[in-house]
This record gives sequence, structure tokens and C-alpha cells, in this order.
Amino acid sequence: MKARVFVTLKPGVLDPQGKAIHHALEGLGFGGVNDVRAGKLIELDLADGTSDSDIEGMCKQLLANTVIENFRIERSETA
Amino acid sequence: MNAAVIVFPGSNCDRDLAVAIEAVTGVKPTMVWHRDTELPANVGLIAIPGGFSYGDYLRSGAMAARSPIMRAVTAAAAKGTPVLGICNGFQVLTEAGLLPGALMRNAGLHFVCKPVGLKVETSQSIFTSAYASGEDITVPVAHHDGNYQADPETLDRLEGEGRVAFRYTGEVNGSARSIAGILNDTGNVLGMMPHPERALEPAHGGTDGRRLFEGLLDAVTA
Repeated sequence: MKARVFVTLKPGVLDPQGKAIHHALEGLGFGGVNDVRAGKLIELDLADGTSDSDIEGMCKQLLANTVIENFRIERSETA
Repeated sequence: MNAAVIVFPGSNCDRDLAVAIEAVTGVKPTMVWHRDTELPANVGLIAIPGGFSYGDYLRSGAMAARSPIMRAVTAAAAKGTPVLGICNGFQVLTEAGLLPGALMRNAGLHFVCKPVGLKVETSQSIFTSAYASGEDITVPVAHHDGNYQADPETLDRLEGEGRVAFRYTGEVNGSARSIAGILNDTGNVLGMMPHPERALEPAHGGTDGRRLFEGLLDAVTA
């Protein structure tokens, strides 16, 4: 099975990289971008039967820094 | 005083830090590899150096904070052993949960490498006892991820408990409340972004970092 972990900055946490991307998009002439937040996507190839709580443990102990980041887990059994 | 300097793959201030500690204490520190699981007996100071441990993969300090030696560091810190984390060492200590908050990308996105003004916010710590509270000093910084952030309650608690050790006197990296260095709740763990080991000898361009090590030696051997 596979799982995708999306790590994003918590709302309200300043995201200098997102701001720089936003600025660059404007520089390319893309108007109408209200805000940009940059995050990470981590793809895990896992043994079948890996539990939700195991994946959550991975996120809390390493993949995300829960002081500043949120995470979301997306499992796919067939991918 | 016996000191241990923890060395991770990608540490690059480990030798400078060892030289600084030896210059002040007269004792060569033990260099401890990150895969070791034990610290030397009777270690009086654990120093976590600057650098780019694990290439800053995932987040600065994130991988190093989970390396085998950090269990021993955490256990020693809980028993009151002084732990000093400088630059990447500060990032490692926050990632390891030994200090609150997080160090994020500099607000200006640039790597900042220059001497900066610091205010010593408290002399009431084993690390800052040789300074005067409110004293202005100059110590170099060299970092990309030095933007200290924590939630407002944590920041209020740090300030209320006298745990902000150093504050930048000018804008450096966007840190909340200009925080450059903080102490843990028992005062034996200090994390700071500036590099006191780079301000030890006149040839460094300044000697304001030296008293951190001198004060620490006095406090630990007193």
C-alpha cells in the first residue's frame, strides 16, 4: 500500500517561501493570485496492513513539526 | 570541565566549537559521533555545533534530532547537564523538543552571514553569568533558517520566565520578538543562532563570545 503525507504550514505561520513564489508569479504576469503557501508532499511505500496510527506516528515524530506544521494522510491501497 | 561536542554528518562548526571550549577550559572536548549511544562519563557540558546536519533534509535539525546520541543528550539534559546548541545546534534542540518553538526560513529568504548586535536579556543563567543584563554585544550569525517562531503563549511564557537569553538589536531574520537565544525551563539548555565560538579571539574581529564559555566554566566548576 501507499500513503501520501501532505505537510503544510499552520494557518497564521509566516511562509517566506510562499511569499517569494507569489512574488515570482506576479513577476511572470499572473494576476489574481491572492496568496501562496508552500508545503511538502511525502510519498510512503508501506507494508500492507500498516495501520493509520503507525502512519500518524510517523507524521508526529518526524515528517511534520507540529509546532508549525499540519499534516494530512491520504492512503491508497491499490496505487 | 569535560565537554562533549556532538558531531553529525554535515556539522561544520564542530571543530571551531571544540577549539573554543578547549581555549577557555584547557580541556580538549570529546568529539561524539551521532551514531554513538553514550556520552563520556562525567560530562560537564554537551555542545551541539552549527552546520548543516543531514543537509538540512526535511527540516533543519530534524534528522539529527532523531539520531541515536540524542536519546543520551535528552536524558543528560533532564538530569541537569548543561547543553549548548549553536545555530544548527539550536535547530536540533527545538526539533528534539528540548526547547520550545521552531526555526524557520529567514523572513528575507537570504542566508545571513555577518556580525550582529545582541542584547543579553538575562545574566541569571549558567550561560550568561559573565555578562551584564541588558549589555550589548556583537557576535556573528551565519544561517538560513534562524527565524524563531512560537505561539504567543509560548513567547509570553519565555519572556515572563526570563528565558529569553539573547535578542537581536536590529532586524536579522524575522524572529518573533527578535529572539536570538532561549533557555529551557530549568535553565540548563541554551539554544542560540549567533556563533559565540566565532568571537573568541581578537583575530576573529571581536571577543564578545568568549565570556559565554568563561561564565559557563565558572558556573559548572563552582
